[in-house]
Amino acid sequence: MSRFEVVHTGASAPAGQPATLKRLSHRGEAANPSAQALQQKFGDAIKRVEVIWGETVVYVHPSTVHDVIRWLHDDSSQLYDFLSDVTAVEYRDAEVPIEVVWHLRSLPFRRFLRVKAQIPKGQPLEIDSVYDIYRAADWLERECYDMFGIRFRGHPDLRRILMWEQYKEGFPLRKDFPLRGRFSRSEQLRQALAQNPEARYSMEELSIADAYAELPQDMRDRLNTGERTGE
Amino acid sequence: MGLSASGEHRTVSYAPEAQEGWIATRLDFVVNWARANSLWPMPFGTACCAIEFMATAASDFDLARFGMERMSFSPRQADVLICAGRVPFKLAPIIRRIWQQMPQPKWSISMGACASTGGMFDNYAVVQGIDTIIPVDVYVPGCPPRPEGLIYGIRMLQEKVKNERAADKGTRDEMEPDPTSQLYIPPSVIDELGEPFGNSVNQTRSGL
Repeated sequence: MSRFEVVHTGASAPAGQPATLKRLSHRGEAANPSAQALQQKFGDAIKRVEVIWGETVVYVHPSTVHDVIRWLHDDSSQLYDFLSDVTAVEYRDAEVPIEVVWHLRSLPFRRFLRVKAQIPKGQPLEIDSVYDIYRAADWLERECYDMFGIRFRGHPDLRRILMWEQYKEGFPLRKDFPLRGRFSRSEQLRQALAQNPEARYSMEELSIADAYAELPQDMRDRLNTGERTGE
Repeated sequence: MGLSASGEHRTVSYAPEAQEGWIATRLDFVVNWARANSLWPMPFGTACCAIEFMATAASDFDLARFGMERMSFSPRQADVLICAGRVPFKLAPIIRRIWQQMPQPKWSISMGACASTGGMFDNYAVVQGIDTIIPVDVYVPGCPPRPEGLIYGIRMLQEKVKNERAADKGTRDEMEPDPTSQLYIPPSVIDELGEPFGNSVNQTRSGL
């Protein structure tokens, strides 16, 4: 089999082939071949495989998810080299555990795989970071932590990314979070105005590190003494 | 509500012959004429209102007709802050700092429903009206307002500028948000302004 299966669509499609992609059924489409390979390789760590609207979902035990994604990334028969998204799902049904979701894409094989790990109820919301496999996981995991409060073990810089860092009201996308936040409007406004967005960032993050030599001497002195640019 | 201004800060109606001499009032007229016709806007565009604002500045509607041909992307050379779009809480200190960086005399326009009231974004992340952060001279309603609406708001602001008087120091005072100042909105009023209304009352249910 060729590594690339070219699907002709639209005007470039040969006669007889529909111009649009085929209709997918809700369940019962063929699974991504990576799912079977994962079951052979990892056995019981792969809890369940579902195919929904033609997309394969693999449920993985949370303790092995790092190994699974590492293998998917490295193995020459898988080559999932693109991490599209890291997110989480909390269901309204309190019995259903929170799921962490990874969207993986294999550009050489044109495959898409959705890996899910269910964090059992009552356990701390912690899971291994995949930052050492995909650098793209940096901000994605920070967002997931910001919105859901899931801590990624091994992430180099796990802090809020969408809300400001001193945000105290909790994790907005959790189901127990009220839509308007926990504090009153005036308290929210007071805390928001009290944030100092410039105080946190290092020279590298302010991207003046490259221009350090061109800075005036007094500014270099002040930066060397640890002075921040904010008030 | 505690928002009514005291007498000395009220905008004084323009009745020159009654209060001051001819030269002083003519000087006011010249200064205000120059200011009103050379307002340089500081565009603070965060959302779809900014698209309408760009359309207003472009050739079809041509904001340059009203002396606003130069967008001042530096607040230090700006006269009027046009906040076009929703302002999340994370931007609140930034818009306040931009306002503080602008030199006097300065005015501000709150463009669109989100900047004026929070609009449909009645949630944890969006400021319910920028008048809880900075003083606002003209509110332009709409979601987003058409360019004609923004131009009407700018014309209203020009009318306001033309009716200002140099002798009335109250309009140009830098008023910090301390309880004795006229710009201070007490927390109870902010909470009252942020109260849910309409269909959005039902959104407080968290589902659990």
